[in-house]
Amino acid sequence: MPALSGLEQTKVRTAWLFLMPILIALVLIALWPLLRTIFFSFTDANLSDLSTFRLVGLQNYLHREGDEWTGLLVDQTWWRSVWNTLLFTVITVSLETLVGLVIALVMNQSFRGRGLVRAAVLIPWAIPTIVSATMWSWMLNDQHGIINHALVSLGILSESIAWTSEPAFVMASVVMVDVWKTSPFMALLILAALQMLPTDCYEAARVDGIHPVKAFFRITLPLIRPALMVAIIFRAMDALRVFDVIYVLTSNNTKTMSMSIFARQQLVDFQQVGYGSAASTLLFMTIGLCIVLYVMIGRVRFDGSDAA
Amino acid sequence: MKNLIKQTAFYLLVAIIVIYAVFPFYYAIISSFKTPAQLFQVDYFPTRLNLENYLSVFRDQPFGKNILNSVLVAGSVVLASLLLGLTAAYALARIQFKGRGLLLMTILGISMFPQVAVLSGMFQLVRTLGLYNHLGALTLSYMLFTLPFTVWVLTTFMRGLPKELEDAAVMDGATPWTIVFKVFLPLMWPALVTTGLLAFIAAWNEFLFALTFTFLDEKRTVPVAISLISGASQHESPWGILMAASVIVTVPVVALVLVFQRRIVSGLTAGAVKG
Repeated sequence: MPALSGLEQTKVRTAWLFLMPILIALVLIALWPLLRTIFFSFTDANLSDLSTFRLVGLQNYLHREGDEWTGLLVDQTWWRSVWNTLLFTVITVSLETLVGLVIALVMNQSFRGRGLVRAAVLIPWAIPTIVSATMWSWMLNDQHGIINHALVSLGILSESIAWTSEPAFVMASVVMVDVWKTSPFMALLILAALQMLPTDCYEAARVDGIHPVKAFFRITLPLIRPALMVAIIFRAMDALRVFDVIYVLTSNNTKTMSMSIFARQQLVDFQQVGYGSAASTLLFMTIGLCIVLYVMIGRVRFDGSDAA
Repeated sequence: MKNLIKQTAFYLLVAIIVIYAVFPFYYAIISSFKTPAQLFQVDYFPTRLNLENYLSVFRDQPFGKNILNSVLVAGSVVLASLLLGLTAAYALARIQFKGRGLLLMTILGISMFPQVAVLSGMFQLVRTLGLYNHLGALTLSYMLFTLPFTVWVLTTFMRGLPKELEDAAVMDGATPWTIVFKVFLPLMWPALVTTGLLAFIAAWNEFLFALTFTFLDEKRTVPVAISLISGASQHESPWGILMAASVIVTVPVVALVLVFQRRIVSGLTAGAVKG
């Protein structure tokens, strides 16, 4: 049918025409800046003048000068920030999954005031990260903070703690704020998965006298596992690029410096675009790995739902 | 009896969750009404209603201007994202063509770009376009994270619209342009409101680009303005003023979220779980 194929052809042309604006936009604001950043990582560019630079090969990553190795891959501060970021990601994502799961299970029950809980839970999600970090640093204030006050009056602490500056507690503070801020998001994702579960197997489990806790581990958890995995990877990628909360709460403390903080400090504060871009590139590659993982999981679900 | 204990325990858990979620914001509000001297005293309940902090937020820095900047940036980001997203969603949702799946995946992948990874390239782009220290730099760069998301949700939604509608319009000789803006647009309001709100909130809350691409106080958006109030000195932070500024910035967002909570929840889960 030549007429149909002609029509199809027109449609395909229309599709690309309609996609043109967004493709141009994405090339301009995503692809080009990304490639430019990777390119800068092989140069000695400086922020004050981005038009003159020298290609230096892999010098920003690793370079041998006489007997000494220099570059990102032997930079103690960089590895510290890599470690901090991984630690932050593992701890926050685990805690957020747990807290989110509890909140989601509660919200999945029908009870009076469920709407109120949902509204309350959305508040931390909506609050700008900068604001939540500011609010928490006031609550965590070493002298007049309510958290020290409460813990001391309850007898849990004998004296106030400088949460946001004492090396032993800075990471805990950052984790605390992030868990508060993003657990609701996790809860909503898990809740969406819970609400799609079939009710009949719970009915059967109840009839068979299976304890609800056992039913949770044997039925609920396996059934929501795919959605849970997607949510966890989603959150993990977000945690790997963490910037705002740490920047405001503990600024440039090396105990909490993340990869994003390190890269921005090199790029903007020290004006070392070459070195900073090398750090950005390594961060991108780390997250890129996660994206591949995510897309692989996502693709399975995507095709499945398309076929259905 | 056993039921009663269970019920009580359950409601106790509910109460803990609500207090956990709401308390920091509540505490910011009551702190914002205190004078510097009263701040030394920890109170769990409101004591005074002193508006001095709110007045000095606007007196000591161009905070009114900062709010206007944030509104302008967020508003323009929403408009541009919806317009571009809508046309792209039509192509991706209603037309079969080679490479469609790959394109969708690429767009989804872009939404996970770490902002730092494009920072130096974006900085050069912004300077080349003469947008450094202009709000336009923020509108442009924020599309990096609003566009992929908008396209994704709108595509999902448009895919669910009945095919008969489109067929009838095609029979009447409607162009694709007419189909998108006359036939589909009126049906798309729920999805447009959801994605618009999420894009608005994302732009309203953004920090890293705003911190890097603007440098004059009058060009700052509110998150950066707030971070600079705290920046002065660690030990003499004007907490009352900081809390007042935090409350001012948060109230509109929280109001939006509470009014549109169903839409937002459906948008969030569509963007993440189904994506």
